[in-house]
Amino acid sequence: MSGLPVTEADLQAYADGRLTAERRAVVDAWLALRPEEAERVAAYQRLGQEVRAAYETMLSEPVPERLAQAARRRFAWRRAALIAGWIALGIAIGAPAGWQLRPERLVAQAGPDSTPIARRAAVAHATYSPEVRHPVEVGADDEQHLVAWLSKRLGIKLRAPKLDDAGMSLVGGRLLPGENGPVGQFMYQSQNGRRLTLYVRTEASRNRETAFRYARENNISVFYWIDREAGYALASADLSKDELLRLANLVYKQLEP
Amino acid sequence: MDEAQRLVELIPRLRRYARALVGDRAGADDLVQDTLERAWTKLHLYRQGTDLRAWLFTVMHNVHVNRTRATRPTDPLGDEMPELASRGAQPDALVLRDLDRAIARLPADQRAVLLLVTLEEMSYEEVARTLGIPIGTVMSRLSRAREKLRAMMLGQSPAAKLKIVK
Repeated sequence: MSGLPVTEADLQAYADGRLTAERRAVVDAWLALRPEEAERVAAYQRLGQEVRAAYETMLSEPVPERLAQAARRRFAWRRAALIAGWIALGIAIGAPAGWQLRPERLVAQAGPDSTPIARRAAVAHATYSPEVRHPVEVGADDEQHLVAWLSKRLGIKLRAPKLDDAGMSLVGGRLLPGENGPVGQFMYQSQNGRRLTLYVRTEASRNRETAFRYARENNISVFYWIDREAGYALASADLSKDELLRLANLVYKQLEP
Repeated sequence: MDEAQRLVELIPRLRRYARALVGDRAGADDLVQDTLERAWTKLHLYRQGTDLRAWLFTVMHNVHVNRTRATRPTDPLGDEMPELASRGAQPDALVLRDLDRAIARLPADQRAVLLLVTLEEMSYEEVARTLGIPIGTVMSRLSRAREKLRAMMLGQSPAAKLKIVK
């Protein structure tokens, strides 16, 4: 191989110190006879050093917070979910004030899994509702796709309720990890920026129904209920309990098959 | 999650490359942020065990190409003359500025190759994969970029200029 003529690519690799010792010796001998080429290659090497030196300080600069956050985005969410999970374990038995508002939907007992859905919906609400740049994965301008996508992932036919008459318009939605599989979240927002999220998951026992129940997680109000194959939780930190109840009724009526 | 930690560790290198590629700090950090966000949505396409750095630089390259296509080509320097008046005050800053100007004047394709080779010290094969071009193209762009940069730096300031940085 060392007998091959010296090419421009050889000179570049020489400048970068990437030739084998054998090949380098050939190029050295070649350059020894051509001072102008030798000077050119030396200039490339100096330029390389200059370029590295010029930008070197970028490597030791502290990383701006917004970039560190962008790198940790999902990680932060998982950690929040994990912490919330531990908290839920600790106080899962704590009383979720049962709420009966439509007698015909009265179910005698709260299911053992109804507290986690409220808590999980609240954590998901707390995580995403403050987001300015990325409140949702798919925006309302692509609602058809959003609903089709979430329906497919959850394995049930979903709809995004229309709450415009109540002053809340759809922002969009996203897919979340739940205890037993994918969960969907729709986000709504009023004109003055108040936000509401609807958390939807599939239910293992597909023919159970519960009344509306109310829970408060930190400063987040949640109405939640199970309707056959799906469990729903409507959460907001910006609305009063009465306002939220009114919206829960609207959602329930629209989703009733 | 390991990827998050590894992403954080790679930020300084992404910033350095972006800084040289884009030419200004704020624009560079915007590019890095968009790259990280893009990386999260594309993480399922990253194959575990392969080089995360090379993959990230590929993501950054694609983000950058899309952005520069979307906006009109930027030439922050135009044809203005070098500011000779302030010369001598801060040699490092001057070298950086001269280099910045010269690098910014390189065609975008050549600039990316030159920076990945000299700054990021990627192998020619890695550069070819990162930019999605044949290795022969890497070599010819590298050669042209270097020759142009050399001519510009010589033209701007004779001999002594190149000795400021060891």
